[in-house]
Amino acid sequence: MKILVCVSKTPETTAKIAFSADGKSFSSAGVNFIMNPYDEWYALVRALEVKEQVGGEVIIISVGGTDYDTILRKGLAIGADKAVRVDAEPVSSGMVSAQIADYAKDQGFDMVLLGKETIDYNGSEVGSMLGELLSMPFVSYASKMDLQGNTATIYRDIEGGEEILEVDTPFVLSAAKGLAEQRIPNMRGIMMAKSKPLEVRPALNYEPKVEVVAFSLPPAKSGVHLVDPDDMDELVRLLHEESKVI
Amino acid sequence: MNVLVLAEHQHGTFKKSAFECITYGRRVATTTGGNATVLVLGPVADLSPLAAYGIASVIHLKDDALATLDSQLYTDAIVSVMHRTESGLLILANSSTGKQLAGGLAVRLQAGLVSGVNALPETGDGFSVSKTVFSGKADVRLTINSPVKIITLMSNSVPLSTEPVTLQIEAESLGVNPGRVRVKQVERVEGTVPLPEAERVVSAGRGMKGPENWGIIEDLATALQATTACSRPVADSGWRPHHEHVGQTGLAIRPNLYVAVGISGAIQHLAGVNNSKTIVVINKDPEAPFFKAADYGVVGDLFEVVPKLTEAVKKFKAGH
Ligand SMILES: Cc1cc2nc3c(=O)[nH]c(=O)nc-3n(C[C@H](O)[C@H](O)[C@H](O)COP(=O)(O)OP(=O)(O)OC[C@H]3O[C@@H](n4cnc5c(N)ncnc54)[C@H](O)[C@@H]3O)c2cc1C
Ligand SMILES: Nc1ncnc2c1ncn2[C@@H]1O[C@H](COP(=O)(O)O)[C@@H](O)[C@H]1O
Repeated sequence: MKILVCVSKTPETTAKIAFSADGKSFSSAGVNFIMNPYDEWYALVRALEVKEQVGGEVIIISVGGTDYDTILRKGLAIGADKAVRVDAEPVSSGMVSAQIADYAKDQGFDMVLLGKETIDYNGSEVGSMLGELLSMPFVSYASKMDLQGNTATIYRDIEGGEEILEVDTPFVLSAAKGLAEQRIPNMRGIMMAKSKPLEVRPALNYEPKVEVVAFSLPPAKSGVHLVDPDDMDELVRLLHEESKVI
Repeated sequence: MNVLVLAEHQHGTFKKSAFECITYGRRVATTTGGNATVLVLGPVADLSPLAAYGIASVIHLKDDALATLDSQLYTDAIVSVMHRTESGLLILANSSTGKQLAGGLAVRLQAGLVSGVNALPETGDGFSVSKTVFSGKADVRLTINSPVKIITLMSNSVPLSTEPVTLQIEAESLGVNPGRVRVKQVERVEGTVPLPEAERVVSAGRGMKGPENWGIIEDLATALQATTACSRPVADSGWRPHHEHVGQTGLAIRPNLYVAVGISGAIQHLAGVNNSKTIVVINKDPEAPFFKAADYGVVGDLFEVVPKLTEAVKKFKAGH
């Protein structure tokens, strides 16, 4: 199986979120970036498991500047065979998917795996776009995938439950929690990563269709209103009269 | 601007998100002076529930092959109806279905896409919408510049408003063959509102001590007509089913009321719930971080507080 895994970087969960004075961009000063957890823990590890099971090759790809190289090296240390970086700032899901599709279109991938979403923009958009661009069926939110020959049985998270489906390779799949168990790179992996290929490709031109007007921080909560634990009638009254939720 | 709304259903029963998307679509069509159409895919016996929300024109593609989600079949069907209705805006729910389809449709229709929109658009000068980003820690306003636009609508973002109409239904079959994705089985908890659509949620964490104690949470949820949720360690230890897990690695929800019982309020938990309109926190530790994100707090032992709250809710409901 030849598998492509798309990896992105996001601010660490606990990072302080701040924006430039005009509100147009995220202020990355002092922010620690990590590989998007869904890409690292689930998509990449499941790809490596498939390779271990049936043989093949795992290639990771990012659209981003040189600041993505540490993320890609980490992916190589976890076990990917090769990394590709399309050298451009990722400005939108449309732009990112166009770049990845341009690389992947004539490489004969059997599977393209992604995370279910990036935890910064929370878009869940790239996978669906890639399916269309590569003319492959797209299955989102997979929490389990078993492979028999060229047929995958996939458990997909849906509202209040789960859907079980089958699809033949090639396909695009987005990974949710459960698809695999996180792997920590070991010393040997880290050493080997240094000699694995990291190819840098020029980017295609892309005209963005969506533009940021401004980011803003939500209004701070005015402070918690504490209610006496022996007076739950009061809490019910507040929920009814003040917040009108019951 | 003409607007097309995809009305999602589950085995023929329309989801609440369908009515929200229709309400939204009707309001956009009215402000921008266009026609609105509702699209229904797959077999549905009764379309009449759609009549309450103000869009009369319905296109129903009844093919059995559209009964389950296949991204390629659905994309073809929706694209053809977008062309036929000359729509400039497509509205999908920000659901597992809507999100699976939106990107592919954006590619096909050369449309700008914004997913997770949480309010009506500004249409005075261009078309801009807002959404929540950075796991609930910020908002962003975006303009869509392309002639065709797609949004997915976050649930509980527009209040449902009824405006009864007489439906004009065009029902037909496309004659499509089954797609490449073969759905074998769907397992769903029946009878309760799915968590992403719930208006009220009662959620509990490790403070519950064990799964055997969940009776008091279920009683409170029943009294409030709420859906139950849980923190990640609770789902990880198998105390509660996986689909109840909310937070950064689970579901992100924005109900009108979120009651958090015995949950400390770690940042990864808050990422999934901090957009709830009203948050009530019940915790015995006054220093629990969740109180900072709460509207109302009760400092006390949940095993005493929760049954009292349930009684108070029942008393209130009986009197109203
Ligand atoms: C990358 C990453 C992703 C994560 N994703 C998620 C996620 O998606 N969702 C999520 O929930 N967590 C997530 N977590 C875990 C998160 O950091 C916390 O560990 C978790 O939310 C804690 O769960 P809890 O509040 O139920 O338990 P605890 O933190 O143990 O809190 C239990 C609370 O119950 C209170 N309590 C105990 N007994 C009583 C009593 N008798 N009466 C009243 N109160 C009582 C305690 O005071 C305490 O505040 C993630 C962590 C990481 C590192
Ligand atoms: N800049 C990027 N480079 C490579 N892959 C990406 C990039 N951005 C997003 N992805 C992939 O697309 C998935 C979904 O991202 P999104 O649609 O932005 O929520 C992520 O989990 C990654 O697997």
